[in-house]
Amino acid sequence: MRVLVIEDDHDTAAYVVKGLKEQGHVADHAADGEAGLHLATGESYDVLVVDRMLPKLDGLSIIKSLRLANNQTPALILSALGEVDDRVQGLQAGGDDYLVKPFAFSELLARLEALVRRTDFEAPTTILQVADLEMDLLSRQVKRGGKIIELQPREFRLLEFLMRHSGQVVTRTMLLEKVWEYHFDPQTNVIDVHISRLRSKIDKEFSQPLLHTVRGAGYVLRAS
Amino acid sequence: MVLFSASVLTLLGFIYWSTAGYMSRQADETIKAEIKGLAERYETDGIGGLTAQIADRLTAQQPGDSSIYLLADRQLNPLVGNIDRWPRVREDEQGWFNFQLGGSATKRIHRARARAFVLKGNFYLLVGRDMFELEDTQKLIIRTLSWGMAITLAFALLGGVMMSRSMMRRIEMINRTSREIMSGDLTKRIPTNHSEDDFDALADNLNRMLDQIELLMDGVRRVSDNIAHDLRTPLARLRRGLESLRMSDVKDESRQDLIDNAVNEADGLLTTFNALLRIARIESEARREGFDRIELQPLLRDVGDLYGPVAEEKGLVFTLACQSSMTLFGDRDLLFQALANLLDNAIKYTPAGGNIAIGLEEGSRRVTICDTGPGVPESEWDKVFQRFYRLDHSRTTAGSGLGLSLVSAVAKLHGIELSLGSNDPGLCVTLQMPA
Repeated sequence: MRVLVIEDDHDTAAYVVKGLKEQGHVADHAADGEAGLHLATGESYDVLVVDRMLPKLDGLSIIKSLRLANNQTPALILSALGEVDDRVQGLQAGGDDYLVKPFAFSELLARLEALVRRTDFEAPTTILQVADLEMDLLSRQVKRGGKIIELQPREFRLLEFLMRHSGQVVTRTMLLEKVWEYHFDPQTNVIDVHISRLRSKIDKEFSQPLLHTVRGAGYVLRAS
Repeated sequence: MVLFSASVLTLLGFIYWSTAGYMSRQADETIKAEIKGLAERYETDGIGGLTAQIADRLTAQQPGDSSIYLLADRQLNPLVGNIDRWPRVREDEQGWFNFQLGGSATKRIHRARARAFVLKGNFYLLVGRDMFELEDTQKLIIRTLSWGMAITLAFALLGGVMMSRSMMRRIEMINRTSREIMSGDLTKRIPTNHSEDDFDALADNLNRMLDQIELLMDGVRRVSDNIAHDLRTPLARLRRGLESLRMSDVKDESRQDLIDNAVNEADGLLTTFNALLRIARIESEARREGFDRIELQPLLRDVGDLYGPVAEEKGLVFTLACQSSMTLFGDRDLLFQALANLLDNAIKYTPAGGNIAIGLEEGSRRVTICDTGPGVPESEWDKVFQRFYRLDHSRTTAGSGLGLSLVSAVAKLHGIELSLGSNDPGLCVTLQMPA
């Protein structure tokens, strides 16, 4: 994917750009708000990483200007401010996701991939499929290899999110935010318990595991 | 002082004016009454009777009696009386003669005041009063009042000086104490003299303010001591890990482990710092812009949904009793965070086979979270909400010691009363929601 990183802190920008390039993505960097807005309107990107506090033009203004010009490129806001109000302001300005500094690169990457993927499947789907695992969103039925799997409502939503982002790493924080819809810092890895329960239901009796743990990052649902 | 002098002067002037005026009016009335009496005598006994009467009065006159009589014929030649000639002044509008008497060797010149009366048969009667006595009295009054004023002003001046000196002394006392405190001794207090006056009230308020500042300073000091102490351990571990990573003989697989450990330590440190910053922000800002009406029942169900399986995984019985509904004006994410922290603690400290119960009581507006863990001794109930405070038996389990501080900060922001109680055995945390 093509990523534009608008960030005035040189270390953070270099760290993000280097990480993205190592993962095989194309990354451009703008060091202030004006240059960032200029690049974002002139070039075509898959996703923007926008720091909130920037010289010349702040991050929220950049996103507002883009949205007014009907540019819908998804934007992830980076910020040192992490309270709820700040997050709400960021999302109201037209941002699509919000990440508080300091962050792990794996978290940023997972979120960027999720944002890009989201714009991909605009077409409404009723059936999600990963290998022989099948989810019918209308009848709310899950089958693997033709065998019906019983899931609790929350487990269903967890699996739905993983299936929609199959092949992508999703972090624990992303799962809390998207499946439980709360922004909070758990003191322990509560998600792990839910994942292991889900895993015992969808993977236990099958030879090929689908739900994998990615060390230091999160989880991924994929065929191999 | 000027104002005071002016008012004293006005008061004394008024006293003088009213007494002196009264005295002259009194003298005038006496003169009029005497004329009337003498005129009546003339009516009944004729000129002879009148002359005899005047002569009687004159002989009966005491020394110091200041009455003046003069009976004259139509050419104003004196017939009988105690002045030798008719006054050579004209009457004023009210019919009074104001003239001067004496001037001889024995008598100094003084003022006299008289009234004339024309008798039938063209005799002129003059009755008056030598004013020296009245003047003397008036002078005496002026002298007395002047002394009075001088003494009053002197006392006022003295009193004023003494009062302002005592005031200056007490202000200086406050200033001295302030300087001592500014130079670093926060235990100093402004002395009071228990007179319950305004200065005492001021000193009392300042002292109470200083108590509060000292308390807060102690709190800050304790927190920073704790931060230094509690963060040193993970930092030392991180450093040790990096140190062994630097050594060349580390095998590749253990190198990966060392890197993972270092990252975990750094993450743990960041988590602690974030928690501290969050608590500080929640405590200091008291902002309620993001507040909304929150339904507690779904919120509790969501927390239960998230933590129930964790409790069951540990072999605990988890019950959620929230049939009733309750709303609270607040921040959804912060409330979830607080409840999650409380549940997390309950699960962490309750041994397998125990119970954890969440309850929602609509009537009393209470949420309770009870466990059957080791509980908290009553003496520690208010301490566990302090930053980094950890009970002795919990030192060995994982945790930052900030979980309950965050709960306490969130509760304070929402006006929720947080209290601990015993579950016999175990701990019950009660959140009393504001009405």
